[in-house]
Parts: sequence; structure tokens; C-alpha cells
Amino acid sequence: MLKAKTPKKGRIKRELEKRAPKLVETGKKTLILQGTKMSRVLNAVLADLYHLKRESAIRYTRKNDNIRPFESGGESSLEFFSQKTDCSIFLYGSTSKKRPDNLVIGRTYDHHIYDLVEVGVENFKPISSFTYDKKVAPHVGSKPFIAFLGEGFESVDELKHLKEVLLDLLRGEVVENLNLTGLDRAYVCTAVSSNRVFLTHCAIRLKKSGTIVPHVELVEVGPSMDLVARRHRLPNESLRKEAMKTAKDRPKKKIKNVSADAIQGKVGKIYIPDQKIGDMALPNKSKGVKRERREAKMKNGNKERASKKQKEDSE
Amino acid sequence: MADFTIEAGETALVVMDKKTKREDMVEECVRKGTELVQAIAVSLFNLPSTEDIDGPLVKLPPPTMKLPREKHLPKPKPPTKWELFAKAKGIKKQKKDKVVWDEQTSTWKRRYGYDRVNDDEDIPIIEAKMTDEPGEDPFSKRKAEKKKRVKKQEKNRLQNLKQAAKAGALPSHIQLAATALPITGTQAAPKKVAKDELGNVAGLAATATASGGKFDKKLPGEKPVKKQGKHRKFLPVVESSGMGRQEKEQTDKVLSKIISQNSHEILNIDKAVSKYTVKKEKNRKNQQWKSSTPQAS
Repeated sequence: MLKAKTPKKGRIKRELEKRAPKLVETGKKTLILQGTKMSRVLNAVLADLYHLKRESAIRYTRKNDNIRPFESGGESSLEFFSQKTDCSIFLYGSTSKKRPDNLVIGRTYDHHIYDLVEVGVENFKPISSFTYDKKVAPHVGSKPFIAFLGEGFESVDELKHLKEVLLDLLRGEVVENLNLTGLDRAYVCTAVSSNRVFLTHCAIRLKKSGTIVPHVELVEVGPSMDLVARRHRLPNESLRKEAMKTAKDRPKKKIKNVSADAIQGKVGKIYIPDQKIGDMALPNKSKGVKRERREAKMKNGNKERASKKQKEDSE
Repeated sequence: MADFTIEAGETALVVMDKKTKREDMVEECVRKGTELVQAIAVSLFNLPSTEDIDGPLVKLPPPTMKLPREKHLPKPKPPTKWELFAKAKGIKKQKKDKVVWDEQTSTWKRRYGYDRVNDDEDIPIIEAKMTDEPGEDPFSKRKAEKKKRVKKQEKNRLQNLKQAAKAGALPSHIQLAATALPITGTQAAPKKVAKDELGNVAGLAATATASGGKFDKKLPGEKPVKKQGKHRKFLPVVESSGMGRQEKEQTDKVLSKIISQNSHEILNIDKAVSKYTVKKEKNRKNQQWKSSTPQAS
């Protein structure tokens, strides 16, 4: 039996429609979770990152011991969480002797693991350790400036990948129109060496200058940390191609039937298909007009009259 | 915002020697970052802006740097049967109002829903026609027709959904519960059941009954349940006359098996004795023969 399961309540239906794939995507939600062993530093890192991405992130505080992102079997739990919370980036933090203060940033495509980057966090300074004028504090959910310094981001493979992932993570909502007064934060990522990136979050203070463009001043407010690139896994080519497809790039179709004439200009031929007269619906359906009926009546007219006469006789 | 990227020139950082302190490095980073942000701000503020309540609103140019999507591109859904028909006939959608003027009660009534205009069930009197047969209830006839129409519509709706699911464009809030259709994105090929697998299914279900499916009603042509696992044979509790002593036989069998396995260790007394006597005889015979020969020195 074929049955269609539809949600009974409108709210559930609307929620499901929000999660449906869209032509143009607006923003990715982030899932923050932790492994079996956590350190104090890493806990503070996750808490601060959650604070930075308040509206678009979900934080799980329990420990998950069956998640091992780089192993083939340990991804199923992550994929399930991604499906359940509709999050396509995740931050998985854990500590071990071999990899202290480990942070795995991963992305999913269609709720399957797309790529992973593993970094170690060093020299972490939390938000609370910065002193600054509270008036310049950036608002939640504002669009950031993201600056990448250093040629390592162009040359080293791991840093190139890390740059892409950081962009995705720190980007926020994708918008078309931007309010220029609402720009109040900036992330500065510096490639200090071939495997170390210094990340810091600053607030922007706009000062009046003579021209339309104000003078920009950065004040360090948020967390700052050193990211040491450890392992990474790139997506395989076919998956990458599929994920990078956008709605706009369709293969350019050759326009047929158009030719340019010097005298007449753009010329095209109009082909009119055969009219299917039998299938068309006639607007005036007068009964007597229909030819078939007329013909049928003429054929059977004599027979009917004869039978009617018989009935009258029997009565 | 991946939306706006500019190449602000290659900023090669100063070579870091170990002597430079961390604060100096941080300062340098923030300074260089300011330069970059200033460069972006310059191009950003120079874009044409419209005045809004909160401030100048700027329309960002289309993004240059591509980032991977989080979900696949939605597939366009195939047109439904009605949509195809309407397109062929040239029927266009007409905008309808929610309330319609009802002549009978002289009020505005809903077009559909509770207390609607032209409700099929509300008619108190139905005039009889010449074509009506006596003894037929027109009210129940109307109800039956409505049920038929509703059923037909539901069937058509499901067919449309099935077509959409085949094209991979099922609306997100609907799941089709059918054996061959998977729910989420990946298309799993429907598994074809083999003939013997089908035959075993009844046997598998039979294990759920207390008697193991022994007394289940079988269809004509259905083979008896195949027993899976070890086949064991149990002796009857009470031996009837005519049967040999089966238990004794069983235990004898076991015993002989054990003996034959370990026969190289166990001594067969009779055999050993007979061997010994034969040997002894032989020796005695030899000696006799020896002694019988003349003692020629």
C-alpha cells in the first residue's frame, strides 16, 4: 500500500521546509561537541567559539566516546547528529597524550562527511582576559571582515584547506544587502609559519576621516589562539565537483534557428505544428450541429419509428 | 560575505626570529590586519548605496570565491497530471475569493470549510427525477459519490507524489511509506527477492509460533518447513517390542569409537596372549628341531 506520511501540524511542516535543500544557500549551522577527554583550555575554546556564533550554533555538552572523525567507522554518529540538528559544520574537541588540545573542524555535504581539518590549539586567550572599552563590543550575528595574512595561505596545501574551512566557519549569514554601520568585527588570521596560524578576533572602531570612507581601527576583543595544523582530509574529486555546483552555471545551450542577416537583421523561422483538429475543444457545443449525431439519426431514424409504432400497438 | 573578496596584495610577513616576543608579533598582525580591512572598507564604501533608516545600505556584488554547498541542488519537480492537462488546453489559474455571496441566506459564506456555500450535504429536499428508481435513497447515493470522488482524488495525489519521488523531487515534508522507496536523498536499488529466499520466509516466520510452525495451515503447494541448524535424533522414551535395544546399541557405538581411536594405547589381551603362545610354539618347535638333529660335533 502506498501511503504518504505528511506531518499533521503546520509548524512541523514549516520546519521541514526550512531544512529542505535550497537553490541559493543562506548560512550553515555549526555543531560544537566534545570527545571523551577534555582539557580546561579546550573547554574554554569551545565555549568562546559558541559565544561568537551564538545564533547559528548548537552546543552539545556531553562526552561522545564513539566519535572518531578520521576513522572510517567513527563518523556515523557525527552524520546522525548533523541530520538531527541540520548542522553542516561541526567542531569536535578532544585531548589525548598524543594530540593535546585537539580541535577537528569538519564539514558535511548532504549530511555525509565532506572534509576534515585537525588543528591543535596553543596559547589560547579567552574573551574574559581582554580588557577593552565595552562600547565597541561587536554585536551578535554581525557580518565580519576576515583578513588572511601571509603567503603560507597560498602555498601550503594544509593552510589552503584551513583557510577555506575558516572562511566557511566564520562567515555567518550570506546576504545581498549590507548595512555599513553594522560592521563591527574582524577576524585576522596570520600564517606565522608553514603549519601555524595565529587567529584573533577584533572589534572595529570607525573614525571620521575627510572622505566617505572612515578610518578603520582594530581593537583586540575576542579569543586569540594559535592553530597548529595536524591532519586533514580533502574531499574526493567527484564529491567536490558536486558540492561546488551552483544554480547559475548551466551548460550554455546553443541557440538554434537564429541567424543574422545583413539586410533584415536577426532572422528566425517559425514552425507551426499540425493542428490536431480532433483533439481540440470546441467552444459552442450545440447538439444538433454535430455531424455524427446527424448522420446517426438519419441512419437509425426509420428503425426507431417502426419500433415505436409497435409499442403503441401493444398498449 | 564570501561575497566580497579583494586581493590586497601579497603581504609577506617579516621573518620571525626567536628573539621577537609574542606581543610584538601580535601587534604586527593586528597592524597588518588593519591595513587589509581598510582596503576592503575603501572598496565597500565606494559602492553605490541607498539610504535606509539604520544607515547606508549597500548591494554587494556577486561572490567570487566559491564555497561548497551544504545540501544538494533541489531538482525541479515534474508537473502533475492536472498541470499537464491545463497546459495542453490552455487553462489558466483563476483567482478565487475566500468568501462568496450566498443567495439563499443572503450572507457572505466561505468557499470551503465549515458552513460553506453550496454544501452538498446540507440539501434538505431532493426532487425526484423520472430517471430515479423507486426504493433508492438519493441522500446515501450522494454520500457514496462524494466518497468515490475523494478516493479518486487521493489516488491521483499519490500518483503525482510517486512521479515526483521517481524524479527525486519529493516535497520535503512528505515521506512516502512504500516498500521500494527510500526516504532520504540516496537512491538505493530495490532488492529483488530470490525464489528460495521467498520460500524460506514462511519458515522464518514459523519460528515465532510456540510449536515451531508444525501445525500452521499451509497453502497448497507449500513445502514443509525446512529445519535449520543441527539435526538431532532422539530415542523414544518407551521402547516398543520388536525394536532392538537401541540405547545399548547407542552406547556400544560410542564405546567402540573411543576404543578405536585410542587402540594404539589399549592392549588387546586375547590377541596378545595368542601372539605369545604362537611365538612360544615356534620357539619350542625350533628347539625341538635343533635337539632332534644328531649331535654331531
